[in-house]
Amino acid sequence: MSHLLPLKVQGAETTHRGKRLVGPIDLSIQGAGATVIVGPNGSGKTTLLRLLHGAARLTRGQIAWNCPMDEAQLHQAFVFQRPVMLRRTVLENLIYPLKVRGTSKREACKSAVAWAAKIGLSDMIDRSALVLSGGEQQKLALARALITAPKVLFLDEPCAALDGRATREVEVILQAAKQNGTRLILSTHDMGQARRLADEMLFMLGGKIHEFGPADTFFEAAQTASARAFLKGDIVE
Amino acid sequence: MADIWLGLSQAFWLVITFDAELMEITLRSLMVSLSALVIASAIALPLAALLAVRRFRWRRWVIAILNALMGLPPVVVGLIVYVVLSRSGPLGVLGLLFTPTAMVIAQVIIIVPLIASVAHQALRDLWSEYHDLLISMHVTQSQKVATLLWDARRALLTASLAGFGRAIGEVGAIMIVGGNIDNVTRVLTTAIALETGKGEFALALGLGFVLIGLAIAVNLSIHALSRTEVEARW
Repeated sequence: MSHLLPLKVQGAETTHRGKRLVGPIDLSIQGAGATVIVGPNGSGKTTLLRLLHGAARLTRGQIAWNCPMDEAQLHQAFVFQRPVMLRRTVLENLIYPLKVRGTSKREACKSAVAWAAKIGLSDMIDRSALVLSGGEQQKLALARALITAPKVLFLDEPCAALDGRATREVEVILQAAKQNGTRLILSTHDMGQARRLADEMLFMLGGKIHEFGPADTFFEAAQTASARAFLKGDIVE
Repeated sequence: MADIWLGLSQAFWLVITFDAELMEITLRSLMVSLSALVIASAIALPLAALLAVRRFRWRRWVIAILNALMGLPPVVVGLIVYVVLSRSGPLGVLGLLFTPTAMVIAQVIIIVPLIASVAHQALRDLWSEYHDLLISMHVTQSQKVATLLWDARRALLTASLAGFGRAIGEVGAIMIVGGNIDNVTRVLTTAIALETGKGEFALALGLGFVLIGLAIAVNLSIHALSRTEVEARW
C-alpha cells in the first residue's frame, strides 16, 4: 500500500469570484485500486481532481495526505483530458519528467526508450510529439505520467476524445499501472469504462459528492435517487 | 534613378574589390550590433520568460512599460547614454564615450524592450499551453523558465532577429555616443549619414545596399543554422 494514502479530505471547498465550484467535500481514499468519478458536465469532477492534486486553490477545509504535502506531490502525476505535448520529440517528452527530478541522462533515456516500446511508439521516438494522432498523444501523456512511477495517478477524462481502439490501449496501460500499485483516481463520462476500471465509484452533482462507495454496490444498488437516475441515463442537474 | 543604378554598381564594385574601408566599417557594424544582440538577448529573454510565469503585483505595469519602451526614440537614448558616459557624468571615469562599447550600450538599451516584448508574447502563449502540465509536474521556477526558453527557441530567435534588425539599422544614438570617428566608431549607418551630408549620394546608396545585404545575410544564416523552417509544426 502506498505511504501517501489514506487521503483525507474534510470540508474542502473551492470558490471562484465568490461562486462555490466544489464542496464542501468530505472523503477518504484508501489503499490500492481505482476510484472513478462520474457525474454530468459542470458537476465538479475536474475541479475535484485538481483540488486533490493540489493544482486548484483550496478556499476552505483540508486535504491531508499520509505524508507532508511536498513529498506527496512528488509521488503524483496528472493526465489531462486534452494531452499537453511539449514541443519536443517523443523521446524528449518521456525524458522530461525524469530530467526535472534530476535522474541521470543515461537512466532517463533508457527508461524513456522502454516506455516508448511499451506504448508502441518506438518507431516514432525521434519525431515531434505534435505530429502524433490524438490517441498516440494520449498514450504518450500517460507514459510520461507513469515514467516516474507515481503512487497516485489522476486522470481527467483521459479517453474523452479517443475511439474504441485507442481507449482500449489506454485502459490496458491503466490496468497494468493499477496492478503495479499505482492508485488511480479518474473522471469519465464513459460508464462502460467506469465499469471496466472502477473499484470505487464517486458520483458528483452540483459540486457535491452524492454517492461514494464500492463499484459493485454503485452499479447494482445505488443509494441515491440522483445516482440511480444518472445510471438509467436520465438527465440529472 | 541614375543615382540608384550608380549606387548599385558602386555597392557591387565595393564588395567585389573587398574595399578595405568598407570591410572595416562592415566588420565594426557587425561587431557592435552582434555584441548588443547577445547582451540584450541575455537580458531580455529570461526577463520575458519570468514575466510569463511569475505573478507579482506590478506585473501588468511592467509589461505595459516594456511595450511602451519599444518605441523608445534612439536619439533620446543616445543623449542619455552620452550624459551618463561624458566626462562629468556618473560613469565618466570609465572613459567609454566615443568608443564602440558606448555604441553597444546604447543599442542594448534600445533593443532590450523590443526583444523582451516580442519574446513575451510568444512565451505567454506557450505558458498558457504548458501551465497545467508543468504545475502538475511540480517543476521549479527556474525549470519553468528554462523549459519555455528552450521550447519557444524558434519564436525567440525571431524576437532576437527583430532586435538585430533594429540595432544594425540604428543611427541616431550611435552617432551621438560614438561620434562617427573614422577608424574608431564609424559604422555603416553613420557612414551613410556622413556621405549623404557630403552629397555623395551614390556612395551613400552603395553603403546602404551593403547594409541591407548584410542584414539579410545575417538573418538567413541564423535561420539556416537554427533550422527554423525545416521541421513542421515545431
